[in-house]
Amino acid sequence: MAEAQLSEDRASEVMTVNIGPHHPATHGVLRLVVDLEGEVVRDLRPVIGYVHTGIEKSCEAQSYWKVIPFVERMDYVSYFFQMEAFCGAVERLIELEIPPRAKYLRTIFLELNRIHSHLVWLGTTALDLGAISMLWYCFRERDKILDLFEMATGQRMHTRYFQVGGVIEDIPLGFERKLRAFVDDMPVRVGQYEALLDRNEVFLSRTKGVGIVPRERLLELGVTGPLLRAAGEPWDLRKTFDYLAYPELDFKIPVGTVGDNYDRYRVRLAEMVESTRIVEQALEGLPAGPCIADDRKYVLPPRSELPTSMEALIHHFKLVTEGYRVPPSEIYYAIESPRGELGCFVLADGTAKPARVHFRDPSFVNLQAFREMSVGGYVADMIASLGMLDPILGGVDR
Amino acid sequence: MPDAPGLELIRGQIELDHPGAVIDTSFDHERAVLAIDPSHLLAVLTWLRDAPGQEYGFLSSLHAADYLPAEPRFAVHYELLNRDRVERLRVKALLGEPASPAGGAAGGTAPEEASATAGGGGSPAARGPAGQRLPEIDSCVELFPTAEFQEREAFDFFGIVFRGHPDLRRILLPEDYVGWPQRRDFPVGGEPVTFTYNERNYG
Amino acid sequence: MRERQLRSRDLLRGDLEGEELERYVEEKVVMTNFEKLLGWARSNSMFPLTFGLACCAIEAPISIVTARYDLARFGAEALRASPRQADLIILSGRVSIKMAPVVRRLYDQMLEPKWVMAMGACSSSAGMFSNYAVVQGADKFMPVDIYVPGCPPRPEAVLYGFTKLQRKIQGNPDPGWRQRYNALGTEEWARGGPRSEPRGGDLEAYERARELTGA
Repeated sequence: MAEAQLSEDRASEVMTVNIGPHHPATHGVLRLVVDLEGEVVRDLRPVIGYVHTGIEKSCEAQSYWKVIPFVERMDYVSYFFQMEAFCGAVERLIELEIPPRAKYLRTIFLELNRIHSHLVWLGTTALDLGAISMLWYCFRERDKILDLFEMATGQRMHTRYFQVGGVIEDIPLGFERKLRAFVDDMPVRVGQYEALLDRNEVFLSRTKGVGIVPRERLLELGVTGPLLRAAGEPWDLRKTFDYLAYPELDFKIPVGTVGDNYDRYRVRLAEMVESTRIVEQALEGLPAGPCIADDRKYVLPPRSELPTSMEALIHHFKLVTEGYRVPPSEIYYAIESPRGELGCFVLADGTAKPARVHFRDPSFVNLQAFREMSVGGYVADMIASLGMLDPILGGVDR
Repeated sequence: MPDAPGLELIRGQIELDHPGAVIDTSFDHERAVLAIDPSHLLAVLTWLRDAPGQEYGFLSSLHAADYLPAEPRFAVHYELLNRDRVERLRVKALLGEPASPAGGAAGGTAPEEASATAGGGGSPAARGPAGQRLPEIDSCVELFPTAEFQEREAFDFFGIVFRGHPDLRRILLPEDYVGWPQRRDFPVGGEPVTFTYNERNYG
Repeated sequence: MRERQLRSRDLLRGDLEGEELERYVEEKVVMTNFEKLLGWARSNSMFPLTFGLACCAIEAPISIVTARYDLARFGAEALRASPRQADLIILSGRVSIKMAPVVRRLYDQMLEPKWVMAMGACSSSAGMFSNYAVVQGADKFMPVDIYVPGCPPRPEAVLYGFTKLQRKIQGNPDPGWRQRYNALGTEEWARGGPRSEPRGGDLEAYERARELTGA
């Protein structure tokens, strides 16, 4: 009788465990202070800020085109999306139309980056759950995408490819062929990933029924992206707001039913296949034309004109040294990044440098749902939920 | 987005119940903005969220901006979204910097204590670590739970105190950091590049 | 092949004499001193720490252990999560002011001998982030053995840095361009010099910020 009471007291003792910021299973430097009772999570407090870089403050000290490499480095696996959010916001402020070829090229690169982001997610999350060989397979595909990026832009990551007005350079010869080969190959690969994981007993029991948050609560918490779609809400900014070439392309939005970790996994895999279809369609319908807008006040003139045209030289000089001025106004522009709604708020005050650049990062807001996903479950389920939540701490901390 | 006449209708309806709440409306780049007085913030947000016909139930983003040298200096932006009609509306609460009295009896008060004491209606005023007064506004965490982290971020970077926030402390910077970095008069920081070879050889 | 077998058999029997014995010993036995052996063993079996901070973390430690840029070729496949068991820490990413004490503590927890690779521009010198939130170079608070520039550096660049570190561990460091261009002895400490204080408008802004916040 006394022993039973003693063991009961010991079992109900709550222990506070600090997980991170250096831990192999956190996706970046996230620190979790977890109150554990045995193996059950009673409370969870994320501590963030360990990779806070002050990007928003640095942006206020740079001219507009110099801001583009800064904002790329926030969410460091989906760098094209940050570029699009910022360039799109500035283009709306100065009311600059980008040519159709640039819209299609941007769409292609955005969707390739979405596939890239989901591959990184799948590789690292499967690694956390124990399916270690997925890492190698996903990163093999990822290297193919990075080869494509390097072919078109010169850099594997952080390419600085989107500029205000379009894209900085047209795609080279041979890119279309390589992209087509990739697009044909990708659905086969996704099928192989599904074959590896979908009927794996361990994977299923670790993800089915785990980490469920009801749809209304997710909406209250401001969660968007695959997490919201897995809970059954068909909300995707690509379909609801017209931007770039999405209105002209035909694609579906995968939506889950239950909202557990397994649904989130399936939604992201289906999104990879849909992104491949979007790239294929965009490649088929790629219009000819210039890849960047013509307005010399905001866009650099082509180098071939510089030796012959005095105005081109003056424009070039002005744009490179001071940059263009944006009339005083402010705007909030949101796109659908692989993690949810990525919004960019730009406040312009009439000078050549922005007065405030703020990013509404999806991982930052989605992290508020993490507590509800994990409390009441086991520690191992918490790790699985963290993987399926897919936070990228560069975006969370900016 | 509600178009310009729609925006004026919204303004009219708010003015009926809360006169003096709306300071200004603007509609540029196809975005509708309502500038309001911060003392009516919760009333306006509740109406926008719950009134049939409005139902802006999703807060996309809460962020602050510093308009120095314009007055009022700060503005807290609330990006509202109606998912059924797919419309965005931005509510901008204009906050001025409160006049700072010399010294300050609460010198050294930690911001959490200050906001806890200020939870009961705005006095005593929230004070920063040196006793200077910080701008205050009501917290909308009750209406939109997504604002929890985002208000902490606005506090962290601008020093804006949100009355009624359950846990207002720094989120991205170290807990003991002094200063509100995103304000316009805070320097960017960093280290200048030292061109020692040039300076030694070429004066 | 058969001849070699027969010679080995003769050696074991004690039948090899004189010059034959000397030739045999020269061919078969490795003579070295203990430091070189130790350096060779340490450099070819390093245990890196799984430590990723930001964007460079996607390139290393994740991308260099994958199949294309295999780090296992150099013996460093076993990435250890615990600093007590690791001997190489790769600072992959920007070190923010909140993270710096954590990194320092990790470094202190590692056992001797230990090496540090500052990968990327952000940990070498804060990269493009010359602002209040990033430590301007990891060598402000911990010693760094090798710097790999790039933003992010290609995995091949990291592997090149890794091989350079291996040569350094083995005892013959590679001074690189300073040796090629006869510039040994031109290293200098830029920080702490006459121009590393804030100047002009920045100085006033800092004073004003200190007054405002009462620091």
